[in-house]
Amino acid sequence: MVKKLIKRGYALLVYLFLYLPIFLLILYSFNDSKYRGSWSGFTLRWYKELFKDRTIVAALYNTFAIAILSALIATIIGTISAIAIHKMSPRWKMTFMNVTYLPVMNPDIVIGISLLALFVALKMHLGFFTILLGHITFNTPYVILAVLPKLKHLNPYLEEAALDLGATPMQAFFKVVLPEIMPGVVTGGLLAFTLSLDDFMVSFFTTGSGVNTLSIKVYSMTKLGVSPKINALSTLLFIGVLSLFVLLQSREKNIKE
Amino acid sequence: MKKKWLSIPYALWALIFSIAPLVIIAVYSFCSRSPYGKIIYKFTFEHYRKFMEPIYLNVLWRSLLLAMISTVVCLLVGYPMAMIISKASLKKRNILMMLFVLPLWTNFLLRTYAWMVLLRDQGPINQLLLSLGIIDEPLKLLYNTGAVTLGMVYNFIPFMVLPVYSVLAKMDECLIEAAKDLGATSTQVFLKITLPLSMPGVVSGIIMVFMPAVSTFVISDLLGGGQTILLGNLIQNQFLVARNWQFGSAISMIMMVLIVIAMTISSKYKSEDGGGLW
Repeated sequence: MVKKLIKRGYALLVYLFLYLPIFLLILYSFNDSKYRGSWSGFTLRWYKELFKDRTIVAALYNTFAIAILSALIATIIGTISAIAIHKMSPRWKMTFMNVTYLPVMNPDIVIGISLLALFVALKMHLGFFTILLGHITFNTPYVILAVLPKLKHLNPYLEEAALDLGATPMQAFFKVVLPEIMPGVVTGGLLAFTLSLDDFMVSFFTTGSGVNTLSIKVYSMTKLGVSPKINALSTLLFIGVLSLFVLLQSREKNIKE
Repeated sequence: MKKKWLSIPYALWALIFSIAPLVIIAVYSFCSRSPYGKIIYKFTFEHYRKFMEPIYLNVLWRSLLLAMISTVVCLLVGYPMAMIISKASLKKRNILMMLFVLPLWTNFLLRTYAWMVLLRDQGPINQLLLSLGIIDEPLKLLYNTGAVTLGMVYNFIPFMVLPVYSVLAKMDECLIEAAKDLGATSTQVFLKITLPLSMPGVVSGIIMVFMPAVSTFVISDLLGGGQTILLGNLIQNQFLVARNWQFGSAISMIMMVLIVIAMTISSKYKSEDGGGLW
């Protein structure tokens, strides 16, 4: 009994540690006082100011545009490559897998500075496009790693049967193979999307003047002193993430049932 | 059917955007520097030699030390947590694990910023202690190594709990029961059965915490306030402020070699079917 209580208390403490900072930011986002010292009444002022701030809105737009585009492109390239890698001879497979693990294992900061060096060497204009290229680069391996196990469990005769029955390779892929590996593709795509949303390092080093993502914007805002607008932003993001999470969970439950 | 040609787009992409950049960095790290900081393609060891100076070795030592401390703390706090979660009922288990992953989905920078607010001189922790009369003036909680370590543990602890949990959840309960039937105490069961069997997860967790911890520059920048300079800060500074790309590249190369060494050592303790995220 005592043991159980200790376990409960311990778990509670760890969860408190995880969530306390987030809840405090949410609380402060409704605080009227500019100096976070004391509570001086409920307000929605910071939310209004947040949406009046053009640079923040632009950063939000960039973040989501890059996340959606990079996840989409990475999912397409990753799925196609996973199919190709799956059919390779063991030696080629090894080579490709090592290359795939490279961005996964490399520290983000090294990916960031090495891409910066590449883009500068190619005399490319740093900005939205270079960030997008960077994000596709570190996203694609995660899609491959999510799709490969599904291909391994796929019955190879299914595709052959479709081809024997007169389907073109394209039809066989879209009507037989793709539906079977879809869970892996979706997982990979979602993973890519969230990784891109959360990224700071690669965006920070591959961006040019004036192009911000949310992470870069928050970073520069902390340099200028903390603003309650960031609290409002965190609250909105947390609610967004929470609802996305609940949505995905209920979807998963439905599938299982 | 051969589908090898399907791999061509990815092969090209990886060649240009994963491999070529690393080759460029490797080349730059051996290049000379013109008085104005331009890259001259003349072989030199200068940048690696420069790193051997005491100030830079100190930075390396501090980075390794802080990363190791946060990895150990993550393990000590995270392992019992993973055990508690894995022992819960199936339904509870999923919810508890979800709650652990959820913070990972919120922006990394905002999570670190939250600690900046918490630890400030006028922050809630100091306010609380002041109003309770425990302290007379605000404690300096922010901008020191302790704050940086705390930030690392906070941000990276899910990476420890996740792999350890996935190994523990898959473990055969019968083994523990058998050990108990044969007269082992619970300490013995833990040391001789649970711990050795969970090693693959522990090793995965150590790698996944140590790597981002040793290479971070955001946490040390925001919570260390420029007082705690780590390898990441040094690289960032060389690339964006000092404009000494050659030296920055050399530091990156050294960091990569260190990580490769750390991974080879730890992979020796890892069996084939490790407890990764996958």
